[in-house]
Amino acid sequence: MKLTTFMTGAAVALGLATSGIAADKTKVGFVYVGPVGDGGWTYEHNEGRLAVEEAFGDKVETVFVENVAEGPDSERVMTQMALNGADLIFTTSFGYMDPTINVAAKFPNVKFEHATGYKTADNVSVYSARFYEGRAIQGHIAGKMTKSNIVGYIGSFPIPEVIRGINSAFIHARKVNPDVQFKIVWAYTWFDPAKEADAAKVLIEQGADVVLQHTDSTAPQAAAQKAGNVITFGQASDMAQYGPLPRVSSIIDNWAPYYIERTKAVMDGTWTTSNRWDGISAGMVGIGEISSAVPADVKAEALALRDAIANGSYHPFTGPLKKQDGSDWLAAGEVADDGTLAGMSFYVEGIEGDIPQ
Amino acid sequence: MMRLEKRPQASQGFAYATPLLAVAATFFFGGLLFAALGKDPVEAIATIFWQPLFGEFAFYYRPQLLVKGAPLVLIAVGLSLGFKAGIWNIGAEGQYIVGAICGAAVGLACYPAQSALIFPAMVLAGALGGWLWAMIPAVLKVRFGTNEILVSLMLVYVAEQLLASMSLGLLKNPEGYGFPGSRNLQQYPSAHNAELIAGTGMHWGVVAALIAVIFAYVLLARHRLGFAIRVTGEAPRAARFSGVRPVRLVLFCLGTSGALAGLAGLFEVAGPAGQISIDFNVGYGFTAIIVAFLGRLHPIGIVLAGLLMALTYIGGDIAQSQMGLPAAAIQVFQGMLLFFLLAFDLLTHFRLRLGRTEAV
Repeated sequence: MKLTTFMTGAAVALGLATSGIAADKTKVGFVYVGPVGDGGWTYEHNEGRLAVEEAFGDKVETVFVENVAEGPDSERVMTQMALNGADLIFTTSFGYMDPTINVAAKFPNVKFEHATGYKTADNVSVYSARFYEGRAIQGHIAGKMTKSNIVGYIGSFPIPEVIRGINSAFIHARKVNPDVQFKIVWAYTWFDPAKEADAAKVLIEQGADVVLQHTDSTAPQAAAQKAGNVITFGQASDMAQYGPLPRVSSIIDNWAPYYIERTKAVMDGTWTTSNRWDGISAGMVGIGEISSAVPADVKAEALALRDAIANGSYHPFTGPLKKQDGSDWLAAGEVADDGTLAGMSFYVEGIEGDIPQ
Repeated sequence: MMRLEKRPQASQGFAYATPLLAVAATFFFGGLLFAALGKDPVEAIATIFWQPLFGEFAFYYRPQLLVKGAPLVLIAVGLSLGFKAGIWNIGAEGQYIVGAICGAAVGLACYPAQSALIFPAMVLAGALGGWLWAMIPAVLKVRFGTNEILVSLMLVYVAEQLLASMSLGLLKNPEGYGFPGSRNLQQYPSAHNAELIAGTGMHWGVVAALIAVIFAYVLLARHRLGFAIRVTGEAPRAARFSGVRPVRLVLFCLGTSGALAGLAGLFEVAGPAGQISIDFNVGYGFTAIIVAFLGRLHPIGIVLAGLLMALTYIGGDIAQSQMGLPAAAIQVFQGMLLFFLLAFDLLTHFRLRLGRTEAV
């Protein structure tokens, strides 16, 4: 515990020291799990960082470190940012959860924002996006567009966020196409172009003519383009360079409004711990342009679905729904609660295969 | 015309000078790289090498050097024994993972009981796990003559799948809301590999690395087995005549390096990392190969090389956030170090001759 007091003392001393130099510059740090050029997850977080710079100009200074391994390395990077006078630090991967909590305990005056986790503290907030809302729209288009009735799905890790996406896409594909089947491949990576391309190829060879991905690179898009007659959706980022085919639409993570809001809160001294889970309505989840490859009527339905989710008149997890084992989950008209969704570890009825253990 | 001529005897001078030459060349060409990226090369190199040691926040970074360097040294010392004898364990990363899984599993199985025996039991399990994983390529080699390079490397990927499975299934935190990853051992005092003296970064893994270095030094310098290792690497035929049994040597070298890698994994999972998670391994097992060669396969050299690599990692992260250098540039910089080391290594065994080729 000596270290804690020592570090806190140092941080306080530093806070005094730097406040003299850069009187009203707010320093915001970002810790990234991948490279900023991944074209997906980290790319969008970095866009959010740039938006913060854009919004506040001289009043803000941002720093980032990319390719930070989850675990002790991330803890060191966060500590280093805090020591160097960061006022607010965004840690943008699930695996940074415990390190964020550890570092936050040592620097009570620095605010931390951890993406996709569930542990909060006096100076740690968590935030995530309701990506499953976007998955509903993808599922709808996939169900309508598939001719082989086989939809391939590249999962990253079998964690609640990914399982939620699979369920949401499947429910909405089945709704418009009772014969549709999902084939799911687990890549066990968030970003590995070679593995992702292999996964896409395997799915296409098994007859999938739609490939959904929950991994961050554009490799599956490239594989689908090469195979031809396969449609895909951009993940995390628009991936518009692969449109109009194979990429027919996308889920875009838009962190900019949230990052700007939280930075402003730190500047104003109004920052408090929060647990934010925003979706299409708040603009955190965006639906990328639906390309000309999608028939007009399908596009109209997809947009209507998007609007219904955005204005709150429709929830993607609305009963009647059963779990994979046939047991009842939601009664007719019942809507899933956030607690169940947050820890979702089961497939809905109709999906074949088991969630890996 | 330039040509290479084999030296009749390896140059002692160059054997010691190449690491320094390699570091100097890395500074020079790394500096050019940073300059090409529009950054001040002197500042960049100073940030990487000076800041962690003597900068404003050295009080935090110096202990971190031990935290980052200890697993590298512990693994590299084990690997160096085999490398000296021409036995190539490339799969330390896998042994590191399996050691961590076995050690953490013992700790988690005891949760929430408190006992002073739990941590020692975890240490034994960690070493045993790494040893067993290394025994697979070892036994296959001595029994069926398979290539230990391929088998040990491929087993890394098997270990990674095992790690994912453990994080999602058997070792998953029952209070983790369905998220992958085990309980955090940092919050379980009996299993926590805490700092021995707060603020120094000194944990049991650092102590183990130092002990391993001393043992390796004595073994190589004084013990019959050390002689067998050296002579096998330098003159395999002569080794056989002098009574070295290759089978035993393979089992010993792979087993020892596996056990040490397993220990490194255990100390990491119980200490700095805290939990088994899908992305628990961050490449220590592979970086340790570089460390072993950078340290000339000599125990003391490995300590210095391990600390140097740790320095480039820590300084590299600082350079990223303070100067906006991309991570890839830092990786290229680290790669240069090994590249130049191997390149200059040539001079140990060959001599550069200028002039025309003489007729024989």
